Amino acid sequence: MTRAIAALPVLVALIFGAFFLWGLNPNRNPNAIPSVLISQPAPEFDLPAVEGTGVPGLTRADLSGNPEPVVVNVFASWCVPCRAEHAVLTRMVERDGIRLFGINYKDKPKDASAWLEELGNPYERIGSDLNGRAGIEWGISGVPETFIVAGDGTVLYRYVGPVVGAEAEKQFATALAQARKKNGGES
Amino acid sequence: MTWKMLAAAAMLAVLPFTAGAVEPDEILDDPALEARARVISKDLRCVVCQNQDIDSSNAGVARDLRLLVRERLVAGDTDEEVMAYVRARYGDFVLLKPPFNSSTYALWLAPAILMLFGAGTVFAVLRSSRRRLAAAGLSEDDERLVRDMLASEKESGK
Repeated sequence: MTRAIAALPVLVALIFGAFFLWGLNPNRNPNAIPSVLISQPAPEFDLPAVEGTGVPGLTRADLSGNPEPVVVNVFASWCVPCRAEHAVLTRMVERDGIRLFGINYKDKPKDASAWLEELGNPYERIGSDLNGRAGIEWGISGVPETFIVAGDGTVLYRYVGPVVGAEAEKQFATALAQARKKNGGES
Repeated sequence: MTWKMLAAAAMLAVLPFTAGAVEPDEILDDPALEARARVISKDLRCVVCQNQDIDSSNAGVARDLRLLVRERLVAGDTDEEVMAYVRARYGDFVLLKPPFNSSTYALWLAPAILMLFGAGTVFAVLRSSRRRLAAAGLSEDDERLVRDMLASEKESGK
């Protein structure tokens, strides 16, 4: 009994130590919000094209029946990190051959088309989400956010914030590779 | 003198209205629905400035969610249906009061368990100290030993 009581402080220290170790893990982001969309079918939405971009709008129907996973990127011309991310997305389209769809979040069509004119347009389709309602359907907390959607329309992955920098790009590439593998296995 | 008092009174009068982030164009015409919307908004977390409810947040998404809550109420949803609607899109995280389920057992039960643990420790410590007090009397041998020591001390002191 005495021995058990003597071991108690060690036990408590171990429990708290393990908790602190978990809390200090640099890879843990306490602000990360778990997405309810993962493994769920993509939400219903129907967005018109952004005038002046020359690419069609984006609806839920465009996300199902694809032969391979597609990437849905929520962006805006007023969003500064999106500018940095744009180069990464363009590279992914040109080098890796991904299919990229865009949701233009709360952006004036004129600003958006000028922005894409300046930087180039890697998007196959862009839906104009003027009032941000589609953004709510996707459960986004800000721009940019990027989703990987399987060929059958199931959301596989969500990245909050710009996919910029070696770490982020590696993370995203891993998720994309997994998505492609899974898609290949199913069909 | 009077204008200063008037200014002070005016400032005090607007004070209660400065805290809310609800903008005039969001407010519903039906005061009953608006009151329900305010109550619901206070239980929904803003996903940008986490730890603030959407009722008091100035973030764009919070405003959108406030409008959405009102829209659902006008469409005839009950309070629970509105909550479920938002929760389907943002998950349990959006609720400021997390539900009691398998992923939140630790959260809800930890205070009670820690409390029990603390009470148990206090109880054990108090009980063992009382036992020590009860055994405070010296045995006969000890008494004699002490008496002898005191006596020898007195002698050597002389």
